Amino acid sequence: MTSSMLILIVALIGIFAYFAGRIRAAGSNGRTHSRPGYHGAYVALSALIPALALVLVWSIAAPIYINGKVHAALPSDLKSDPAIEALSFNSVVGISRGLETIPASEVAAARSGTKTWNEVLAAGNVPVAGDLRPEIISAAQSMNAMTESSRSTLAAIAVAVSLVGGFLGYRRVSARFRARNLVERVILVGLVLCSSIAILTTIGIVFSMLSEAVRFFAVVPPHQFFFGTVWDPRFAAAGSGGAGGQFGLIPLLAGTLYIAFVAMLFAVPVGLFSAIYMSEYASPKFRALAKPALEVLAGIPTIVYGFFALTAVGPFLRDLSSSLNHLVTGDASNFIQAQSVITAGIVMGIMLIPFVSSLSDDIITQVPRSLRDGSLGLGATRSETIKKVVLPAALPGIVGALLLTASRAVGETMIVVLAAGVAARLQLNPFEPMTTVTVKIVNQLTGDLEFTSPQTLVAFALGITLFAITLMLNIYALYIVRKYREQYE
Amino acid sequence: MSDAILTASVPAVRRDIGLKRRYAAERRFRLYGLAAITIGLVFLALLLTSVVRKGYTAFVQTEISLPVTFSEALVDPTNKRAEDPQILAKGKYDKVIREALAAQLGFDAKDLKSGKAADQLISPSARVELRDMVLADPSLVGKTIDVSLLAEGNIDSANKGQIDLSVPEARRKVKDQQLTWMQQLKDAGKLKFAFNTGLFVNGASSRPEAAGLGVAAIGSAVMMLIVLALSLPIGVAASIYLEEFAPKNKFTDLIEVNINNLAAVPSIVYGLLGLSVFVNFLGMPRSAAVVGGLVLTLMTLPTIIIATRASLKAVPPSIRSAALGLGASKMQMIFHHVLPLAMPGVLTGAIIGLAHALGETAPLLLIGMVAFVANYPVTPMDPSTALPVQIYMWANEAERAFVERTSGAIMVLLVFLILMNLGAVLLRRRFERRW
Amino acid sequence: MNMIAETKLEPKQVQTMQNSFKMLGRNVTVHYGAKQALFDVNLAIRQNTVTALIGPSGCGKSTFLRCLNRMNDTIDNCRVGGEITLEGQDIYDPSIDVVELRARVGMVFQKPNPFPKSIYENVAYGPRIHGLARSKVDFDQIVETSLIKAGLWNEVKDRLHEAGTGLSGGQQQRLCIARAVAVSPEVILMDEPCSALDPIATAKVEELIHELRSNYTIVIVTHSMQQAARVSQRTAMFHLGQLVEENDTDKIFTNPDESRTQDYIMGRFG
Repeated sequence: MTSSMLILIVALIGIFAYFAGRIRAAGSNGRTHSRPGYHGAYVALSALIPALALVLVWSIAAPIYINGKVHAALPSDLKSDPAIEALSFNSVVGISRGLETIPASEVAAARSGTKTWNEVLAAGNVPVAGDLRPEIISAAQSMNAMTESSRSTLAAIAVAVSLVGGFLGYRRVSARFRARNLVERVILVGLVLCSSIAILTTIGIVFSMLSEAVRFFAVVPPHQFFFGTVWDPRFAAAGSGGAGGQFGLIPLLAGTLYIAFVAMLFAVPVGLFSAIYMSEYASPKFRALAKPALEVLAGIPTIVYGFFALTAVGPFLRDLSSSLNHLVTGDASNFIQAQSVITAGIVMGIMLIPFVSSLSDDIITQVPRSLRDGSLGLGATRSETIKKVVLPAALPGIVGALLLTASRAVGETMIVVLAAGVAARLQLNPFEPMTTVTVKIVNQLTGDLEFTSPQTLVAFALGITLFAITLMLNIYALYIVRKYREQYE
Repeated sequence: MSDAILTASVPAVRRDIGLKRRYAAERRFRLYGLAAITIGLVFLALLLTSVVRKGYTAFVQTEISLPVTFSEALVDPTNKRAEDPQILAKGKYDKVIREALAAQLGFDAKDLKSGKAADQLISPSARVELRDMVLADPSLVGKTIDVSLLAEGNIDSANKGQIDLSVPEARRKVKDQQLTWMQQLKDAGKLKFAFNTGLFVNGASSRPEAAGLGVAAIGSAVMMLIVLALSLPIGVAASIYLEEFAPKNKFTDLIEVNINNLAAVPSIVYGLLGLSVFVNFLGMPRSAAVVGGLVLTLMTLPTIIIATRASLKAVPPSIRSAALGLGASKMQMIFHHVLPLAMPGVLTGAIIGLAHALGETAPLLLIGMVAFVANYPVTPMDPSTALPVQIYMWANEAERAFVERTSGAIMVLLVFLILMNLGAVLLRRRFERRW
Repeated sequence: MNMIAETKLEPKQVQTMQNSFKMLGRNVTVHYGAKQALFDVNLAIRQNTVTALIGPSGCGKSTFLRCLNRMNDTIDNCRVGGEITLEGQDIYDPSIDVVELRARVGMVFQKPNPFPKSIYENVAYGPRIHGLARSKVDFDQIVETSLIKAGLWNEVKDRLHEAGTGLSGGQQQRLCIARAVAVSPEVILMDEPCSALDPIATAKVEELIHELRSNYTIVIVTHSMQQAARVSQRTAMFHLGQLVEENDTDKIFTNPDESRTQDYIMGRFG
């Protein structure tokens, strides 16, 4: 019995339990404490929850138990080297999956010796290594047997638990029984579980990246990563093991910060002045048109910006530099590369304009009217009021908004993947390509992966670095903005 | 009032408070603001026109219709198709096409040089097309029928006027002989534009003329369904707990900060999470839509939670008191009154979150959705790809015809996004309540 | 001309009025969108006099006050009709500059609203934007005299560079008065300046208003009749957007012409 079948059966029992409970409550004498629907829901829940919990625990625990058994049953010479053990275990798993798809007659033929296992498995599209040891086959067969018996045991127990639970629940239904309170308590637990997903996500991010990063740091010492100035991971051939490359974070970090800086240099004045105009000058009509139009920029996927940079901005800057050079020196070679810090920076800056403007707009409109009145009442012009009263008062909030924007710039991926280049270089010319942390994460993780090589694992070290940087920026920014809000509430 | 009175009463001495200079500064400041907004809008216009200008041609495609003869000598030389229909798959369909072209253009099919040049008029995908026709209907063998075949990518570009003909022939992708043939075919009414349905139904292909978004669109649709089915209920449940039940303490403060931070975590970090937890630890298949959907769900959740909490907060306390006053339990009050009133805001937030997820690329690259997928996925566990990833892959292709496809694909993606956002705006307009 | 005909004033009378009155509002109407908030108010503000505007809440007294230095301009969809003159000049005339007007007619608001800057910078703000002082010495001088005039100098002279928002409510309001005084306006408008203050702080501000009278023309909106009686020489009573009557304060509080005024003063409504 497959697990989806099992869940379907349990669900049917649940539906049946619901109606049974409902009818019993409706038929009971006197005024019931809860509406019949709650009684039905209570009976259904008592049929479902224990059974489904059992299915969940079982399907996590059983494979672990079975895998342990299979490992233990492997011949000792295969267990001498962890790598070989892992390899053999993988082939056991592969064959056990294959055996389920191969027709029984073929398996019987192999067992009786009329055909070799290699032939049978190859015909069933199961990849097998050259020499197949009989122990592997028998391990695979016993694995299948264990899985099968585990499944049927689970099915029997789960259905039984579900029936018993439903029956016990049904027995409790009576006029005075407070079904609603119990059902609502279950719902509340569900709500709590849902909100804990947010926490689990963060924990998942930190732990998954940390555990992989720790494996990376076992091969490459942390100081070589954090302070290394050369990035040259040199893709090692699969299985060759050794680090065989240099993993210096500094050039990537420099590129990331440089590009983010250029982007902010472009986005901050434009975004801030837009926000000021929107909140202080624009007529409601103009605001109603221009604000959403500007926010369209925030809704455009970053891949589109990347493509824009790659096919429009980059070539434009390259050709512009070449004609400028021609005008000045007569030499038509271009001094801006199509992929460069400035290309990526400008395009990322365009993307960030709406972030800066709508965040600062919110902040600026929170400055209380009384401060503006105070200044205008003294005869200050609007711009004087903005420059000397509103902006200084809004400054902390604006700093927070800019930090949030900077965190976006640091973590942006698709624009830099397409527009910044892949060369990890440590230099200062904004017209040359540089690369970023995010570009390298993508580079190291696309294509065939081998989860043991430092070339792959370094992506997680880069990832946790990126996460740490943005986390600090975000938390600090959120803290400032919150303090700012409280001040004017 | 007469002028005499006015002038008489104006005070003689007036302080100089630098009005001229100050108003000049005022005007300048105002102008900066207007200029900033203009810059933003100009860039928006540039971006959109750049995409549309490059991409609108992607929606038509050059086709060449030819009378094709499936001669037995080429398709089934051994004449065994009665016993083994699969033998037809091994037919020489390239030769079939070449003969049809030779007949149409009037060159000798045995002339290898002309033959090769003529081959390059038609997309290599046409062979597969013919093969599938014959496999589906073996009675075609020996017959001559009119078939519309895709022109090769460069021919398509040349037909759209995208190839610079002033470049010397040796450095040009389309040769003079081919141009003459194109003209010949055009005059005969055999070469013409047709609506590019392939763009919407085909899967990945290394040939630009045969590449389409169909498979990617299915992948995106499956992921969006997963995101909607998971993130909306979980997000709403979490918001209800946090907004209505959670005590105000350090722990809920932590959750609050945590959610706000998650909304600002770079998307690529979610990709790393997906790769490490779903693919590596839980053993889910790489490149599968289900993994993509889960990753995007985690990414969208904070957005939905923030939007939902805001709209729950906006429901006035009087509604709550009214419900509680009638003896409703807190759960009943929330699910019968507060949540339905907050629903427009919740849905608006969900659509906006979904639109973001639809355009998200980086995390999908990491979980291996940058795969070359030519076939439609059957289950969510099959390898699939997504619209933005397809755009990324095409953007990395060198051929001219792919630039056009990429822009066309971006237009398709943007249309979806515009529709979703428009839906959100309409929803807000329709149900917006002022308390 | 029309307006004069309606109010039945001879040109000669107008001239005398404009010479003796600092400000003069004639047939002032105010609309907020479709809602009319003031109906044909005619009121004269005398030089070096404290004029109190009283009346129940929502009667339009604050609205009228805000018309006097065009603070209503900052509210969208607010329209002002009629005529208000400052020394004979229509302040709503297009040739009149609103910034210059506000430099001449300063304002103190209901809630103290010091800028989030130091005490010194709060007071120096007006002179700085208007370019009234050049050197540091000049600024120091203006700040000191303004704070002395506002009766705050002794309390803050040792902490001029601390934040203005750190002062107590009453001190903040006197700081706002000092800030207004620093621009050397001709008229100071005060919109319920004591409503957010405790009795001791209120007493100090009232004392200050009394002293300022010799140099400035003051218009004060107040909710408290006792305060109007204590600080003003002239009192104008507003009700439902109309000016009910305007007269010497003593007269209003002892023997008003209108029964509505009497009712209000006796506490029958408000």
